[in-house]
Amino acid sequence: MAKATMAAATGPLDGQVAGSALVSIKPMEPASRLAIRARPDAIASLSKVLGVKLPQAPKTSAQSTAAKSRQRVALWLGPDEWLVIDDGNADLMGICAKAKGLYSAVDVSHRNTSVLVSGKGAEATISAGCPQNLSLDVFPVGACARTLLGKTEVVLYRVEEDVFRVECWRSFSTYVFAFLAEAGQSPMI
Amino acid sequence: MSGANRIAGAGRLTPAKKVRFSFDGEIYTALEGDTLASALLANGVHLMGRSFKYHRPRGVLGAGAEEPNALMGIERDASRQQPNVRATVQEVFEGMTAVSQNRWPSLAFDVGSVNNLLSPIFAAGFYYKTFMWPKIAWEKLYEPIIRGAAGLGVAPASADTDHYSSRYLHADVLIVGGGVSGLSAALAAAKTGASVILCDEQAQMGGALSYESGVSVDGVSGFDWASNAAAQLAALDNVRVLTRTTAFGYYAQNFVGLVERVTDHLADPRADMPRERLWQVRARQVILATGSIERHMVFANNDRPGIMLSSAARIYLNQYGVAVGTKVGVYTANDSAYETAFDLKRAGVSVEAIVDCRDNPGEGLLSTAADLGIQVLTGHSVVDTKGARRVSSMIVERNGGGARQTFAVDALIMSAGWTPSVHLYSQSRGKVVWDDGTQRFLPGECPQDCASVGACNGTDALQASIDEAIAAGVQAAVDCGKKPASTVITGEGAGDWTGGMAGSAAGAGADTTVKAFVDFQNDVTAKDIRLAVREGMHSIEHVKRFTTNGMASDQGKTSNIHGLAIAAEALNREIPQVGLTTFRAPYTPVTFGSIVNHGRGGLFDPARKTPFHDWEERHGAVFEDVGQWKRAWYYPRVGEDMHAAVNRECRTVRESAGLFDASTLGKIEVVGPDAAQFLDLMYTNGWSKLKPGRCKYGIMLREDGFIYDDGVVARIAEDRFHVTTTTGGAPRVLHHMEDYLQTEFPHLNVWLTSSSEQWAVIAVQGPKAREIIAPLVEGIDLSSEAMPHMSAREGRICGVPTRLFRVSFTGEAGYEINVPANYGPAVWDAVWAQAEPLGACVYGTETMHVLRAEKGFIIVGQDTDGTVTPHDAGLGWAIAKSKPDYVGIRGLMRPDLMADGRKQLIGLKTKDPNTVLEEGAQIVADPNQPVPMTMLGHVTSSYWSQNCGRSIAMALLVDGRAKMGQTFYVPMPDHTIEVEVSSTVFFDEKGERVNG
Amino acid sequence: MLLIHCPYCNEERPELEFRHAGEAHIARPTNITAISDEEFTQFFFLRDNPKGIAFERWRHMHGCGRFFNAVRDTVTDKFVTTYEAGQPRPDLPAGGENEKGAGK
Ligand SMILES: [Zn+2]
Repeated sequence: MAKATMAAATGPLDGQVAGSALVSIKPMEPASRLAIRARPDAIASLSKVLGVKLPQAPKTSAQSTAAKSRQRVALWLGPDEWLVIDDGNADLMGICAKAKGLYSAVDVSHRNTSVLVSGKGAEATISAGCPQNLSLDVFPVGACARTLLGKTEVVLYRVEEDVFRVECWRSFSTYVFAFLAEAGQSPMI
Repeated sequence: MSGANRIAGAGRLTPAKKVRFSFDGEIYTALEGDTLASALLANGVHLMGRSFKYHRPRGVLGAGAEEPNALMGIERDASRQQPNVRATVQEVFEGMTAVSQNRWPSLAFDVGSVNNLLSPIFAAGFYYKTFMWPKIAWEKLYEPIIRGAAGLGVAPASADTDHYSSRYLHADVLIVGGGVSGLSAALAAAKTGASVILCDEQAQMGGALSYESGVSVDGVSGFDWASNAAAQLAALDNVRVLTRTTAFGYYAQNFVGLVERVTDHLADPRADMPRERLWQVRARQVILATGSIERHMVFANNDRPGIMLSSAARIYLNQYGVAVGTKVGVYTANDSAYETAFDLKRAGVSVEAIVDCRDNPGEGLLSTAADLGIQVLTGHSVVDTKGARRVSSMIVERNGGGARQTFAVDALIMSAGWTPSVHLYSQSRGKVVWDDGTQRFLPGECPQDCASVGACNGTDALQASIDEAIAAGVQAAVDCGKKPASTVITGEGAGDWTGGMAGSAAGAGADTTVKAFVDFQNDVTAKDIRLAVREGMHSIEHVKRFTTNGMASDQGKTSNIHGLAIAAEALNREIPQVGLTTFRAPYTPVTFGSIVNHGRGGLFDPARKTPFHDWEERHGAVFEDVGQWKRAWYYPRVGEDMHAAVNRECRTVRESAGLFDASTLGKIEVVGPDAAQFLDLMYTNGWSKLKPGRCKYGIMLREDGFIYDDGVVARIAEDRFHVTTTTGGAPRVLHHMEDYLQTEFPHLNVWLTSSSEQWAVIAVQGPKAREIIAPLVEGIDLSSEAMPHMSAREGRICGVPTRLFRVSFTGEAGYEINVPANYGPAVWDAVWAQAEPLGACVYGTETMHVLRAEKGFIIVGQDTDGTVTPHDAGLGWAIAKSKPDYVGIRGLMRPDLMADGRKQLIGLKTKDPNTVLEEGAQIVADPNQPVPMTMLGHVTSSYWSQNCGRSIAMALLVDGRAKMGQTFYVPMPDHTIEVEVSSTVFFDEKGERVNG
Repeated sequence: MLLIHCPYCNEERPELEFRHAGEAHIARPTNITAISDEEFTQFFFLRDNPKGIAFERWRHMHGCGRFFNAVRDTVTDKFVTTYEAGQPRPDLPAGGENEKGAGK
């Protein structure tokens, strides 16, 4: 076995697609992810090195605007907790190591997987299993929250009006995908 | 013609749109839009079912959700059968099959109707009294007969192939009921821009406007106005209009459950459409516009087919164009029945007589009747009816006595007045208030953000209902922060109905023995309620349970008030003193399918699979459920049973090596400068001195001193630990640790992150473990000197990052390879490619259990049960002696936990090495002691050990460690097994192999 | 399903996201090894279970993850108020809870 060849990556939802005329349900490409916990004194430094401002208001997110980290978003999950996702697979642990202050960063790139739910029926599809109010005035574009979808925990992030990113733990992803696929058969907008 | 009783020009259905259906094997023609009830009536079929207890022939009583009698089985195909469907709600579709219930062998001739002849012994409370003695008769006689005869309808035999959907929905205003009040409220609320949901259980909006022929609203007929209003609302972005949708439950904080019947009316529903959709609505404001339900008259033999509510007859005529008879009698205590009689007469149906138990009916009715040539007998009552399978005559008597007159009729319509539908209001925890003037219960103060409008609120006049509804609609929107907008709707032409009665009518009073039905579905008569009172049931709750009045699936929609009035009369009290029973959800029966909705089949519970699952499946693994996880249990080869496979796997691991999927172990990353200090508090062990790169087995207690979880903890860096938990314990251990960190030790600078699923974990165990992984590993010195047992290293394997632990749950030298999960499958392939040529195997959880038991390693939850301390388990060595505090330290000091005589974990060897004990079996000292024997402990783990060549077991035994070598007994149902107490370590007692 | 106001998310969220976590304001003694058996019994085993106003711990388990305290009326099932962990018992309005609009 040649050590030089790097082992291939396999996602739990590889090759799956679902949806209907009103909604598309697709597994997303692998991404790097960081679970960040921090004391207030570290937030500024972390925001600086990550190039994305860790949001301080509940249920909000922040998107990076810098060219090299445009694919990066920070989601508020709790008063001292954030999920940072980089769809460009940047080495977030390495980047984070330069931050100052009291914080914890844990690589959860492979713990989570995500499903992109998009289309006119996206909100209705997710509302089949999510008890939160997802109407635009209560859950606007950019809103995010850890919540439930059916019988599993997910992190929900509204990317656009009709586009949601559903993050869940790897082993729950087949359930989440199947749930969304069934609910997406005939969503009532 | 779709039925002989269809009147040309009447109703709203289209004569050209015919559909065919079958009822009890006969083929009938209906019109599109018919309910099963209207279609059968159109075809002259009045006999639709048999009653529950007496199996009396029954026809349809109503035309809506309140129907107690006409319950049918509806079949679409073999797997889609629904019992107990109300024929008044089910719409007919092409090819539908309906069957009657509660009859054998046929609806017309039913053997069970002998119960009717035996009715003296089936009186109220008969279940409680009749079958008391002899006791033996219960099993042999009473119970089989009761069970055979009981129950409504037949449950389908095969799985339901329909699917059901669910939806959470949030809105400013939810309006329940699409009659004139609900529509008015919706129009008013919608105009403000508030988000509005309007639902109604009927196929169309309109409520009473669908049959109140004289009403006009805003200058058009009431029904046309309703249809226009519904269409106008449906076209608005801020309004959702749901028909065929029943609000069945009103819960806390304006959480209301709606069930929408999506396909039950369709002949050929699209495959992607759910049969029903459960809407779980959270509304900031709720408006109940649920209307009212007409009551029947309680008189002798008032249950013959053809006897029905006057409003039902009016709906059948004005909506469906169906005459319920050719010679119709009317019996009423209320004005509304006159309107039905007038409509029927105008449609050409003969009305034989209106019998009004009052002396003075409402204004103008007598002159209209006279104009139409209808005979009215005021101050008279119907005291009996005749007819076998349909009413054939009514017998009328002047109140206070006199000659009886018989009228030949083939339908008898009745009205005792109207009961406001306060069910949802009551479910919202609202208290109903008795209105003495109108003799009815009305909503009191709303405990939630809710208003009742129109008939359900006791508002009878049309314009008053509209105005009240508009005001409520605007107010609800204003309470949601909207600006008020004005809405004006004008209605006219509705009758101002007076009258009504509650309780038994003339000829069915206390001194009679006639069957005057109060609750049709449960066959409760006025006499039964009086009997209950005589037997000492003085609370309405007791009367209800003794007689079962109101306890059927219609929840007493037509019977509650009558039953209450009769009980009050018998108790010589006022109705409000007797009180009303509480209404419970659901308002009408709800299918299990809609409640479960998506949660069936593969979505019943998430099935968690590890990254190696596909490989395991391909290699023949048999899986076992461990919580939600699917874990490879054993890997049988061709010809092997479980025993043979496990024996081979156990031997192979110790002789060469084995691969094991350990991915399901819980993992928690504990990070921060105070990480070691925090772990010191969470575990009995000490962590501060553990060096980065080293591992330690930790025991976690609850505050009471009992073992809660265990696992190996690796120190990755000064401020970073990789904690493992048991598979099943992962979520609760993290919760337990978060609880202490957030609420007891918030000053510590440390954070917890679940990393269970970040890592795929391959355990490689056995003498050849190092040889297997060495070619794949980069940057880590695997020699025992550099990386001894209980050490952890970071490096690369197969080119990807790894946390490599040298740990062992088998007693063999071994590694646990942690790799980021997506790389798991490829790394596993590479490791297996190294392992297989060296004679290694893959092993499952059963072999893992046997190998650890050979070494005496415990499994928390198997060898412990929440009452076992570390000392009890022989793990006293894992308690740090010098720590000032940890969770459980004080619990362990409790006198009972320090006393002698506690059960301790020991090994057991059967005297016959081939006998394998049963886990859970009890241990005694004297096998000849009479039962109940003194039980000294029990077997916690027991296996055949191929490596030891004998059975091995662990057990909790009183003072077990002081009983080494002693003989005890394990009594079984048919024999007793002799055992000897031993050490828990059965293999490699010196523990040298881990260092190999 | 109740709505529960999470003092950290500062929003009412569906009950499904929460988990009950026992009686509130029972602090673990800092000198736990020094307390008597009676004191330990009081601390660990005995709970009030009042009819009416109860002080409870909840966790926004499937939300922000924070433990917090709540005042709930065990008769009406209504939440009177919620507040962050570590905060003292709040002063409750005299005359009991507001009947209308639970949890507000
Ligand atoms: Zn929260």
